[in-house]
Amino acid sequence: MDLGMLVFIVIKILVVFGLVMLTVAYLTLLERKVLAHMQVRVGPMFAGPHGILQPIADGIKLFFKEDIVTKQADKVFYFLAPALSIIPVLMIFAVIPFGDKTTLFGLLKEPVELRITGLRIDILYVFAMSGLATYGVVFGGWSQNNKYALIGGIREAAQLISYEVAFTLSIFGVVMVAGTLQLDKIVEAQRNVWFIVYQPVGFLIFLTASVAELKRTPFDLPEAESELVAGFHADYSSMKFAMFFMAEYASIVVCSCLGTLLFLGGWLGPSILPPFVWYLIKVFVLIFVIIWLRATYPRLRYDQLMKFGWKFLIPVSFLNIFVTAIVILLVR
Amino acid sequence: MLAGYLPVLILAIIAVLFAAVTLFVSNFIGHKKPSEDKLLPYECGNVPVGTARERFPVRFYIYAMLFIVFDVEVAFMFPWAVLFKGLGLLGLIEMAVFVLILLLGLLYVWGKGALEWE
Repeated sequence: MDLGMLVFIVIKILVVFGLVMLTVAYLTLLERKVLAHMQVRVGPMFAGPHGILQPIADGIKLFFKEDIVTKQADKVFYFLAPALSIIPVLMIFAVIPFGDKTTLFGLLKEPVELRITGLRIDILYVFAMSGLATYGVVFGGWSQNNKYALIGGIREAAQLISYEVAFTLSIFGVVMVAGTLQLDKIVEAQRNVWFIVYQPVGFLIFLTASVAELKRTPFDLPEAESELVAGFHADYSSMKFAMFFMAEYASIVVCSCLGTLLFLGGWLGPSILPPFVWYLIKVFVLIFVIIWLRATYPRLRYDQLMKFGWKFLIPVSFLNIFVTAIVILLVR
Repeated sequence: MLAGYLPVLILAIIAVLFAAVTLFVSNFIGHKKPSEDKLLPYECGNVPVGTARERFPVRFYIYAMLFIVFDVEVAFMFPWAVLFKGLGLLGLIEMAVFVLILLLGLLYVWGKGALEWE
């Protein structure tokens, strides 16, 4: 491994990192604008034309806010929790491809992959990392010594682990049809037909479980504003609070990317637009759907949430896998 | 083979640095004006009574145990799903037996009422 290769890797990582951070910042604005217009409001309007500079203003404000550490908090875990929730999410971007192999319009001699790296176990890696993200929230809820935060943290843990199973099971159909765990090969396998056609039930389970994993409405019980003030991050302020939010929005991007890669054909599309643009369009459609859900659905009750997860989603996911298996055997 | 993991390691280092630098810098430059009331946990204006680290319902533990069973099962299913086309009917029957045993467990738990949340 020579130095040039290393520099290349670091440049790729920094580009992805910058893009992710920019997307995350502007997702907050997108969400506020979309929700506002759905409720016949205008949303942020003052920072720049149509509030276009609002995320930057928010970022600067949060950065200079007082960093309150309450007296009874467990200092170590209090500091560790925001970091532990954002690091795994950022790590997932190591294997997410953003487009087909490209020469950047003839700029480079050899085509490069538009991703940081490819592992042979991409999907396993993604689920391993998304499983780790639970720790940040649980530590955060526990460390503050705040009753609301603790309830939020425990709810979060139970919700995440309940839906994690259905979330993972939902993509087995895709893995079986494609016969690989590599995300770029899964996209290539959709050259003729997108997997949403073969796996409509799988896609719906994936979407439902990922909204639950993202702890967003209608599954936002861990941070239910009206009953738990803010749930697991009640006492957090300043950049620590911002980091929980960055983690949450970065997870939205991850889930939308995964949904696009696994079910919607990734960067494949008619060649009137470059592959990367197709990819972005599909990702933003999924992001829009996730925001749309928030404007449409009321929050579930906790027992309904658990009942839905264990008594409906998991059995249906298993059924989906076996129906897929039988169909594959019959078609072969 | 392991060379593919080097970028993952570099990304991990960059992510950890990003988190650490952001936390410490904002902690350092944010202006500080602590007061007795501000340092209490926020519980909607009530003065907190006792500690929050109390007991919580045992149901959460039941879900945690169930999760471990199913998550390990899912881990077993990954290689099966990748190689499924090569395994054919025998592979399907074997996995069906394996999953059925675990689903019987889920049905048992269901029947016992452990999934109910009063």
